[in-house]
Amino acid sequence: MTVLQIIFLGISVIIVIGALMTVSSPNLVHAALWLILALAGVAAIFVLLEASFLAVVQVAVYIDAISILIVIAVMLTRRAMGETERQINRSWLLAAFAAFMVFSGILSLFSQVPQLANTPSDLVESSEFYIQELGKALVNVDQSIIPFEVASVLLLAAMIGAIFIARPPERAGGDS
Amino acid sequence: MDPALLVEWLVKSGVIIFLILTGFAYLTLFERRVLARIQVRIGPNRAGPLGLLQPLADGIKLLFKEEVIPDKADKVIFILAPVLTVIPAFVLLAVIPLGPEISILGRSYSLSLAGDVNVGVLYLLAVASISVYGIVLAGWSSNNKYALLGGLRSAAQMISYELVLGLAFIGPILLANSMSLKDIIQAQSRVWFIVLQPIGFLLFLVASIAEVNRAPFDMPEAEQELTAGYHVEYSGMKFALFFMAEYGKMIVVSFITASLFLGGYLGPFVDKLPLLGPIYLLVKVTLILFFMIWVRATWPRIRYDRLMALGWKVLLPIGLLNIIITAILVILVGGY
Amino acid sequence: MIPLSWYLILAASIFCIGLYGVLARRNAIAILMGIELMLNAVNINLVAFWRYLTPSIINGQVFAIIVFAVAASEVAVGLALIISIYRRKTTVAVEEINLMKW
Repeated sequence: MTVLQIIFLGISVIIVIGALMTVSSPNLVHAALWLILALAGVAAIFVLLEASFLAVVQVAVYIDAISILIVIAVMLTRRAMGETERQINRSWLLAAFAAFMVFSGILSLFSQVPQLANTPSDLVESSEFYIQELGKALVNVDQSIIPFEVASVLLLAAMIGAIFIARPPERAGGDS
Repeated sequence: MDPALLVEWLVKSGVIIFLILTGFAYLTLFERRVLARIQVRIGPNRAGPLGLLQPLADGIKLLFKEEVIPDKADKVIFILAPVLTVIPAFVLLAVIPLGPEISILGRSYSLSLAGDVNVGVLYLLAVASISVYGIVLAGWSSNNKYALLGGLRSAAQMISYELVLGLAFIGPILLANSMSLKDIIQAQSRVWFIVLQPIGFLLFLVASIAEVNRAPFDMPEAEQELTAGYHVEYSGMKFALFFMAEYGKMIVVSFITASLFLGGYLGPFVDKLPLLGPIYLLVKVTLILFFMIWVRATWPRIRYDRLMALGWKVLLPIGLLNIIITAILVILVGGY
Repeated sequence: MIPLSWYLILAASIFCIGLYGVLARRNAIAILMGIELMLNAVNINLVAFWRYLTPSIINGQVFAIIVFAVAASEVAVGLALIISIYRRKTTVAVEEINLMKW
């Protein structure tokens, strides 16, 4: 085993443990913290894949923005479901079975992909070059300017929608 | 791995840790002395000559204090929170170039721990906001309503001002045409970006003071309303860690401001005597720190809703406008 | 070097753990966390395929960026809905939110 493989396995173990604890921890704040651990592991995976820009964006968007929102939402709604209540529904065994079946289904699909044992060819350019390429591709008419613009409109719509939905009710009696 | 490289990293890490720790200790003394001057007092001057041993005395006092952990607190998170707040300050300094490349005994060393990171500025933004977690979790795990309120307030404040901070970063990036801090500093060899980006500089200054929770934006701690905000329940060394985080972040933010807008380590004769670089940088950082203390001494705290309104309704639109104008000018003039 | 299949297996396991979270948890916020895990698994796949199969075409990373944007808006709207429901009904358990179910 090479050093890279050991690093990969270590990160994977961290991610999988984090993910498992996220879905099983009865205390939601703890679950959110485990989620952050898993997300940080994914950022490390991006570094291994030599996508440094995405790794930093993963930290900036997922760990900073999304997870902090989740943590705050958990704290705001903590009176609704304490740790003592059941956190999983009646059909959790069925759910576990379904997840396991999907997993084995995906694994069996892998046998049809021919390039599975591929090892990566070395990147021909410097990592700086790929960041520039990414930036150009995002605003290039021939490549992905339309998805990019649609995504920005989506973000704007989501922002307005979130503000509108979460606004407290107008009249008295609902200040909580 | 090259053993020489390993030694180089170890030495650099040691220097950074030393810089933050002594910087933290003496910044507290500096702040108390300057505040005292402004308020026509003398300030601590008993321990050692000119009070120079005061930080040491404070440290010893804090070490020997009893550590109290509340009964109903979430113990693991309660201990984890101060650590989470401190770490970003140390990690941030790793990408900031403290001086130009110097060569000793035929090897050239770059004066930053991580070398030249090509997404350096983005890295700063991403890592800086991790310390929000420390504050939120400290507030939540204390199981105290004042602490929780302080933590939530601080989270909302830091998220809002992070946007402004990010927008202020974009001006220098556009002008230098690069996200690496080294390129940004090199691009300022003729004119500092404070001249080309005065609005961006002001935005950055305001947002960074809010980001490190300093007066007049020290809402999370607001002694009078929240008793002490998120660190009510903390005592002894864990309390000192929160203080270290605040002052450490002040130092790092000053380093970032100096690098982005004030030409970093650049100054007269730096290309001939590279060792002058760190000295220039330290002088600039000290000036910015003095400015932050000055602001604290003169400005009253802003009310919380005004603070959020300022962030979202004033600074954010100005920041967006600044970027549009900068981008148009860069295209018209053809880049700096 | 690491073969491509390792990344795919890692992504598949994260995806399925997230799927279990979405199907089994009662708390709406916990369900959102499961969705985040699934989106991350997708992103690992996208970037791994970019790196191993088409490193000269940057589109894999572009897709990942779009997924980031979608995830961010999904969380913003989702949490706003949850907080709004919590204000009206003081609950975040999904089976108690049955106003639209008949």
